[in-house]
Amino acid sequence: MATNANHKPGTGGSGSNGQPFLRIQQVVKQFGDAVAVDGVSLDIAKGEIFALLGSSGCGKSTLLRMLAGFETPTSGQILLQGQDLVRLPPNERPVNMMFQSYALFPHMTVWDNVAFGLRRDGLPKDEIATQVDKMLALVQLTQYAKRKPHQLSGGQQQRVALARSLAKKPQLLLLDEPLGALDKKLRERTQLELVDIIHQVGVTCVMVTHDQEEAMTMASRIGVMSQGQILQVGRPGDIYETPNCKFVADFIGSVNLFKGQLTVDEAAHVVIDSPECRHYVSHGITGTLGMEAHVAVRPEKIGIQVAAPTAADYDNAAEVGFNVARGTIRGLAYLGSSTTYHVALPSGMVVKVTKANDARHDEVTLAQGDEVHVWWWGSDVVVLTQ
Amino acid sequence: MSAHVSTAAPAASRWLDRVVARLGRKFVIGVPMAFLLAVFALPFLVVFKISVSETEGVRFLDLLTWVDGMLQLKLRFSNYLYILFEDALYLEAYLSSIKYAALTTVICLFIGYPFAYFMARSRPEARPALLMLVMLPFWTSFLLRVYAWKMLLADNGVFNNIALALGLLDEPLKIMHTPFSLTLGMVYTYLPFMVLPLYANLVKMDIRLLEAALDLGATPWQAFWRITVPLSKGGIVAGALLVFIPCVGEFVIPELLGGPQTLMIGRVLWDEFFANNDWPMAASVAVVMVLLIIVPLALFNKYQAEQSAGGRA
Repeated sequence: MATNANHKPGTGGSGSNGQPFLRIQQVVKQFGDAVAVDGVSLDIAKGEIFALLGSSGCGKSTLLRMLAGFETPTSGQILLQGQDLVRLPPNERPVNMMFQSYALFPHMTVWDNVAFGLRRDGLPKDEIATQVDKMLALVQLTQYAKRKPHQLSGGQQQRVALARSLAKKPQLLLLDEPLGALDKKLRERTQLELVDIIHQVGVTCVMVTHDQEEAMTMASRIGVMSQGQILQVGRPGDIYETPNCKFVADFIGSVNLFKGQLTVDEAAHVVIDSPECRHYVSHGITGTLGMEAHVAVRPEKIGIQVAAPTAADYDNAAEVGFNVARGTIRGLAYLGSSTTYHVALPSGMVVKVTKANDARHDEVTLAQGDEVHVWWWGSDVVVLTQ
Repeated sequence: MSAHVSTAAPAASRWLDRVVARLGRKFVIGVPMAFLLAVFALPFLVVFKISVSETEGVRFLDLLTWVDGMLQLKLRFSNYLYILFEDALYLEAYLSSIKYAALTTVICLFIGYPFAYFMARSRPEARPALLMLVMLPFWTSFLLRVYAWKMLLADNGVFNNIALALGLLDEPLKIMHTPFSLTLGMVYTYLPFMVLPLYANLVKMDIRLLEAALDLGATPWQAFWRITVPLSKGGIVAGALLVFIPCVGEFVIPELLGGPQTLMIGRVLWDEFFANNDWPMAASVAVVMVLLIIVPLALFNKYQAEQSAGGRA
């Protein structure tokens, strides 16, 4: 992804003075008996775009609302540059939020919407005017200043909302499903625009989204949330390639999960036996014999062909006879850039295989009902124990 | 030949469909139009005709007459001139009506707005009960309730008796038949008409707009004045008109709770019709009153038209 080159590396949150810019510590939020946020701790570095990713009801929005000040944590601390945010009401926090579906003031013009926050600070008129004009120029809406929000398209409204939330130069910018209200084509274009503007302004940003593509495109680091807890924090690539649990592996992209038991534990490799196949894994696994483990393989990392794979097909010749299964093609979907095959194994499990269509009609075409081998490299799998 | 017929038939039926649809639309709009025509426009024209008629005894003369080959239209405007220029009583009564109606409207707004706001912000499951409380007075006769105030406010009424018994007063306070009792009665009666449109407006408001205002540094008080109040303008205008318009022509409450200082136009109208039996004069008074009410109504319509032209309803 092109934008990731621009990202400041996720440093795990420590700032120049050793103190994280934003520290969320053991934050819990309960609504009655329901625990919405369950002991979340996070450090976020200055200038970072951090995405909280999860399905609806996972607590990500509640966490964001606690940062904005609309909810008070039941327990725990939120520190922005060492300053305790929890005790400040929302209007006194150096934090601004871009709301889901924008919450633009319908009775005010675009200009007045952007000026609203500056006016509350009692700035001199010409200073307000300069800043508003600068913000409108930043989001390329100068010629729409006199319009009312309902006279704008969805994409323009989104930019007004962004300009409004940036106008006060907040230390922390919160984005709640920033592009959720836009259609797919526009969303893809806007993601990059938005990242560009945030980097131009240099503001630290926490966003909430349920859209993994959006999170991966925009964020330098992602925290995957489920049931009020953060399961994994990492750069987009880390989360995709080395998920730390079944939930994350399954939530980000699609994955084939083989459930098996550790049967061989040698110094250089382990073998995990599942009903479908024997897995030979040579990297960084330790465990006890007989323990249960899941082997996760991404669809695009699996090869598919009629003939059985040979030593030449693996990166490690020792894997021959392992990491392979036979099955029947149950269905296939030609998606243009790739083709997805659903291969039914004798155990009943269906393996998903994605094959890039990187050349035109260059291979024997596989068809539904064909008997095939599916195989993968041991170095491409992730072993998950939880 | 047969092909020709088969295409013509659907075309004809399509044409019929269109005509039916157009007529249907006209009919739907036509029903309320006809209703308004029958119960407002026609009676108003009759009243207007009476107001400009000459009388001969108890008989109204025709406006249009055919005399010696001349078609004559006689409109007698002397009543209007009398109302407007000769007897100050009428203008005073109009002004007094407008004054009390305006006062009632303002007080209703100040009581009704917090009331409606509270209802709109209360838990959704509590709202129907609160709404019921607002409507509850309608379950008893309006006349009965106004009479009840008479009992409460009279010189030997409940308030005075309690105050005397408690030693708060040495002699009964004169509350009845004062501007106070009149205004109290009107506010009491018309408050629901202010609360209901305000509630309907406020309950629809997007709470996130207030959160956005707070987020941008507004205090809750600023958020209220800058966001909530401007956005509830439609409710305020609707409520104000629903209170103001009937208050201007109110007859029963001034009659029962008002006094000599509070002459209102409804009373004058009654007197012209039933005491003086001067129907043309009474009709003129009524026509002027209708015009007086139509002006704010027209302003409201203009405001609404601008609002819907602005695209938000």
